[in-house]
Amino acid sequence: MIILFGMPVVQVLLFGFAITTDIKDAQIAILDKSNDYMTHEITNKLLSSGYFILGANLDKDDQIDKAFKKGNIREAVIFEKNFAEKIETEKKASVQIIADASDPNMANLLFNYSQSILMDYQRQLYKDKKFPLQIQVETQMLYNPELKSVYMFVPGTITILLMLISAMMTSISIAKEKELGTMEVLLVSPLKPFQIVVGKVIPYVILSCINAIIILMLSFFVLGMPVQGSLIFLLAETVLFIFMSLSLGIFISTVSQTQQIAMMLSMFVLMLPTILLSGFIFPIENMPVVLQYFSMIMPSRWFIIIIKAIMLKGSGILFLWKETLILVGLTLFFITMSVKKFKVRLA
Amino acid sequence: MLQSKYNHPIMRTILYIIQKEFRQLKRNRQMLPIIFIMPMVQLLILSFAATFEIKNTNLFIVDNDHSQLSRELTAKFKGSPFYTITGYSDDYNTAQKAVELRKASQILIIPTDFERDLYKEDKAKVQIVTDAINGSAAALTNGYALSIIRDFNVNLLVETFPSIDLKDPIDVRYSFWYNPKLDYTTFMVPGILVLLITIIGLFLCGMNIVREKEIGTIEQINVTPIHKYEFIAGKLIPFWIIALFELAFGLTLAKLVFNIPIVGSLELIFGVASVYLIAIMSLGLFISTLADTQQQSMFLSWFCMVIFILMSGLFTPIDSMPEWAKAINIINPIHYFIPVMRNVMLKGSNFADISKYFWPLVCYGFISISLAVWRYRKTS
Amino acid sequence: MPMSEIIQSTEVRESIIYVRDLVKRFGRFVANDHLSFDVYKGEIFGFLGANGAGKTTAIRILCGLSTPTSGQINVAGYDAYLQTEKIKQNIGYMSQKFSLYEDLSVEENFTFYGGVYGLRRKQIKEKTTLLLTRLDLLDERKTVLKALPLGWKQKLAFCVAIMHDPKIVFLDEPTGGVDPITRRQFWDLIYEASHNGITVFVTTHYMDEAEYCERVTIMVDGRIDALDTPANLKLKYNASSMNEVFLRLARTAKATGE
Repeated sequence: MIILFGMPVVQVLLFGFAITTDIKDAQIAILDKSNDYMTHEITNKLLSSGYFILGANLDKDDQIDKAFKKGNIREAVIFEKNFAEKIETEKKASVQIIADASDPNMANLLFNYSQSILMDYQRQLYKDKKFPLQIQVETQMLYNPELKSVYMFVPGTITILLMLISAMMTSISIAKEKELGTMEVLLVSPLKPFQIVVGKVIPYVILSCINAIIILMLSFFVLGMPVQGSLIFLLAETVLFIFMSLSLGIFISTVSQTQQIAMMLSMFVLMLPTILLSGFIFPIENMPVVLQYFSMIMPSRWFIIIIKAIMLKGSGILFLWKETLILVGLTLFFITMSVKKFKVRLA
Repeated sequence: MLQSKYNHPIMRTILYIIQKEFRQLKRNRQMLPIIFIMPMVQLLILSFAATFEIKNTNLFIVDNDHSQLSRELTAKFKGSPFYTITGYSDDYNTAQKAVELRKASQILIIPTDFERDLYKEDKAKVQIVTDAINGSAAALTNGYALSIIRDFNVNLLVETFPSIDLKDPIDVRYSFWYNPKLDYTTFMVPGILVLLITIIGLFLCGMNIVREKEIGTIEQINVTPIHKYEFIAGKLIPFWIIALFELAFGLTLAKLVFNIPIVGSLELIFGVASVYLIAIMSLGLFISTLADTQQQSMFLSWFCMVIFILMSGLFTPIDSMPEWAKAINIINPIHYFIPVMRNVMLKGSNFADISKYFWPLVCYGFISISLAVWRYRKTS
Repeated sequence: MPMSEIIQSTEVRESIIYVRDLVKRFGRFVANDHLSFDVYKGEIFGFLGANGAGKTTAIRILCGLSTPTSGQINVAGYDAYLQTEKIKQNIGYMSQKFSLYEDLSVEENFTFYGGVYGLRRKQIKEKTTLLLTRLDLLDERKTVLKALPLGWKQKLAFCVAIMHDPKIVFLDEPTGGVDPITRRQFWDLIYEASHNGITVFVTTHYMDEAEYCERVTIMVDGRIDALDTPANLKLKYNASSMNEVFLRLARTAKATGE
């Protein structure tokens, strides 16, 4: 099926080019009560920053709420009357920034950007004024100087895709045998249960490996994501994770009666928490403590750490032995549990 | 009662199908908690987890100056609720190792002669190094660090020159509407609710027809005079009811546990939700008619769902997407529904405001149902 | 050969299924090769043949589940190309693979199919009680089908198929995998249905069941190689059982290089 190989390609493309947490082209509304050279200059500065585009020009205060309610405008910038005049004579004029905080992150970022643009403008106005005791700050961004959000996403994408194929599809595949009753037939055959499971699982292992390689290649060549550390180490850890997911998938299939259940279980217990709790999109450090502990039993969390570290920081086994050990441990745990459940059925 | 051309009443047949579906669901012991309890549990857990707020940053201090001033600067960071100091050193390499081991995510470097340079030449440098793997988090923590240093700078100026006029001419007043506390759960919960009922709708309903195909009961159905659209309707309606019920339950939880405001009209929410569900479930059914096995169906649905969810603006801003991506969103039903949920719930938007999201959904539903009915063949 | 000469009774029989030159092709494989036959109203018509001979393909076309590649087919007075839905209103069907809902109870299955065929609630109740009593399974009304043995399930599937008193009931290998006693009981049911005016079209690969039918055809490799009463066929091929008839036919087919 084309989709099986198309999926990683599509996901990488999406993440690389479409999905980003960066702010760009946010629509703002301008309510300019002065309409003088200064407000125009400031407006220009805002609109040429790349962060904002003009969504609407308002002329009354009560239009603001309406504009927000329509859903497109993210922020309103209001200049008071006689702005330039006030600055020149009284050395004081106000600008009001109203942000639509239904998306608080966006609102915060937009406000910060707006504010810094305004402060910049102000500095330009008073660039001749010299202040003593100036602390100048140099900032440096490690590992990801352009603050590309793709670096965050690629490890997560790999994880999810591997989980999907190795865990979810495996669990459904084995559950299918159970559901259609063909499992009994297999069990009665001279094949050992171990062989049956391995047979079922091998196609998915191969598929996962291929997919992982495709994603890595794509992210390296198309997205420019570096692989600072050892490629062999990266692949080794990936294979470990694939086995981990397989053991998870097998375990889920032992507790599911039908394919639908295997799927829903995988969905709710694996995929959703993986996406949201593993540090893929939302940083773990910011979660409530309870959830941070919870995420410790999520294998995806550890794998994402490992991938990020190898690809972006170039870490070796010395730095990552703890995480690797956890993955190995989890794999063994799930395999043992699956075997136990299996034996119960056969007894 | 509506009579079809073939002389059997339509409504009755659909009701019988619905009755069968519910009876089957009731019998399926394992599924029941999965359908009803799991999504709610997910709602609770995930809403707490999903946040971009930076509550704490681990900072490593490299102080090469050891002066009064450098200690004061360090103290300022120490006193901030957003920072935890996790290491001191003279050596930058130690600091960098700490970042690599994830013991710190930011480094403050105060060079030698910091104090002397500042007092003698009115200018001194410090360095902030941030772990930028998470780009947007790095931007935020960088911002925090800068503002702390700026604060420190301002205080220093005022203490040293009490008469200095530091007031900014441009007075920036700001307010945050609809969510003044910048509560992130308020933003995420409606989105997660949408996510959950989408999963229920798309997957449960979708897998259904394939399941009958796989087991073989669909043959028996195909041989009866049931109409295609009766069958599809009978498959849609039970899960539609369940999903709406979950929505209600989820909204209640949202209000009770997270205190999410529901400013707009509930009827509007449920009205649009109903249309949305029909659209998304018909999509699932259509996928179902394309697949021969449940595995295929699930994979296809999953593929669509992941793409749609990620592009829908649930987690990331739509504005920032390139034009071609926004074009794809035209066929993404989730992308129409999420703004409706958020705007109606948090801002109280009315029908006129969100009609530009509503009508496409209606079209979508219409098209997907037609596709599903058309694709489902009773005679092969 | 005109049928009217062979049939014992002197009534003129009405053809309820009319098939001329039915061809069904799957790609290059011909599953049904120019089949022609009539089925008369009220008779028990047997469609015999080995596995893979094309029986299920043919029966599915007659039921409106599959479209023929070419040929004239009329079932219960309706055309099998354009009027499949009308056909379905007038027939019952029992598939080879058990296809009632295993996760529903006996009663719930009856209720569903009864309702779908347009029976009123009262009718459904009456029919269910009647049929279950006939099967002596009244006690199992509320039992989930999964828990019942195969033989009972088959009989129940048959009852569901005739519940709405269709003109024709199509049975595809209805006695597969069942013990001889249950098979005998099943045929009792078939006789009763026939007695009540339902035409029975049954496929099987058990040659001995052919004896129970009024007329049979034997399919070999997608063609009809024999069409007659069992008695006549045994005479014609000088055989003492239908099994022998079949073997003779199969050998002839092989001999002519098919």
